[in-house]
Amino acid sequence: MYNAKAVIIGIVIFVAIFSSPFWTGWIGQDYTKTGVVLPAGEKECIEDTEFMRAQHMRLLDEWRDQALREENRVYESALNGKKWVISLQNTCLKCHSNYSEFCEKCHVANSVYPYCWTCHIIPTEGKR
Amino acid sequence: MFASLVLVLLIAAIAWIGASVGLAPLFGVVLPYAAVLVFIGGMIWRMTYWAKSPVPFCIPTTGGQEQSLDFIKQAKIDCPSTTWGVVKRMFTEVFLFRSLFRNTSAEIVENDPVNKGPRLIYYSSLWLWAFALIFHYSVLVIFIRHFRFFMEPVPAPITWVETIDGIMQVGSPRFYWTGGLALVALLFLLARRVWNYRLRYISLANDYFPLWLLLGIVCSGLCLRYFDKTEISQVKIYLMGLTHFAPVSAAGINGLFFIHLTLVCVLLMYFPFSKLAHMPGVFFSPTRNMANNSRRIRHINPWNPPKQYFTYPEYEDAYRDAMAEAGLPLEKQPEKAAE
Repeated sequence: MYNAKAVIIGIVIFVAIFSSPFWTGWIGQDYTKTGVVLPAGEKECIEDTEFMRAQHMRLLDEWRDQALREENRVYESALNGKKWVISLQNTCLKCHSNYSEFCEKCHVANSVYPYCWTCHIIPTEGKR
Repeated sequence: MFASLVLVLLIAAIAWIGASVGLAPLFGVVLPYAAVLVFIGGMIWRMTYWAKSPVPFCIPTTGGQEQSLDFIKQAKIDCPSTTWGVVKRMFTEVFLFRSLFRNTSAEIVENDPVNKGPRLIYYSSLWLWAFALIFHYSVLVIFIRHFRFFMEPVPAPITWVETIDGIMQVGSPRFYWTGGLALVALLFLLARRVWNYRLRYISLANDYFPLWLLLGIVCSGLCLRYFDKTEISQVKIYLMGLTHFAPVSAAGINGLFFIHLTLVCVLLMYFPFSKLAHMPGVFFSPTRNMANNSRRIRHINPWNPPKQYFTYPEYEDAYRDAMAEAGLPLEKQPEKAAE
């Protein structure tokens, strides 16, 4: 092998960079569950769980436009046709009132920091 | 071109169907591990293969005045004569694609006013350079951003990258510029192969396949983020399981995720055996990694057999008596040599 020293250093750097998903995961801790605590005593959400988990950000984005630009404050659930008031503060946060046990659990772990709280007030019920 | 597209779509379809008929462990656990092993093992093989290949001649590409007399100005980056110069040139090559910046396009102008007839004109053509640079840097940022799925807690620098990438705060989830730019750049790189007829003539399946594959990865990734979403906490739990060698069930994750993952795995397995290996390949290119110093330092071809030298003193030792007999001039006379 020619230039063995440089080549071996290069190979080590290459392996270090491209195996990094495997070894960087060991720096912090493992992530085996979200640890989300659902609001106790509440049975129904505006849509089903799967939809809310995957699509809530789109729903909230639409709600913002509906409320502020279209002046439409009524949302009809695709689940059962029930009517809900379009409001983050008064509808969502009424049940999901514990920020650190609900929103933060997934959002911090997945590094998703939306700009909800530049206008709205972070619910501070419970320990914050 | 269409064969490559069909192949990529076929891989995507197999992943989609496989994930939906309960082969998720195969596509979600076995394939990623195999792909990573093939990728890293293949690249090490490729690099050692290159490192073992001898370089018979000193063949750096020269893009300017070589080192000469002191009053002649040397093009230090385009024609380096020292190792440090090679490092500088390699740096500009790797980080700025300097040699692509020199790209020209030739065009014959009929009825040119200067020639009063047809004339060949070379234009500087920076489109390839610009879009290649955009694509590579976008992919770098996308690679870095994906570490939010591999690390817990997510380090602050990754959050900074995300903040800058999504600084326009368009939509929810926020639109990341690099995702869109990577798609635009890939479409340009594909379009140039399709619409430039000279390029189209020399383009082969191994040019189109990586482009379609990367387009498939970028499109499925963009779809997962902006359109047909899946719960990313679940994806993170699943990926952390993979990286901690304790795979967890991937049930409930959107089938589109498996298309994305499978295409990435195919890319990883394809990488070492394709033109994409230019990633380490640029460092192994004799035209880039050698100093243009052949007038000062002799380059020995490593595969030359050891030379059988027969020096003049040895020659004289062998034929001294015969030479003396013939009266030829000698450096050592026979009676002197006998002492």
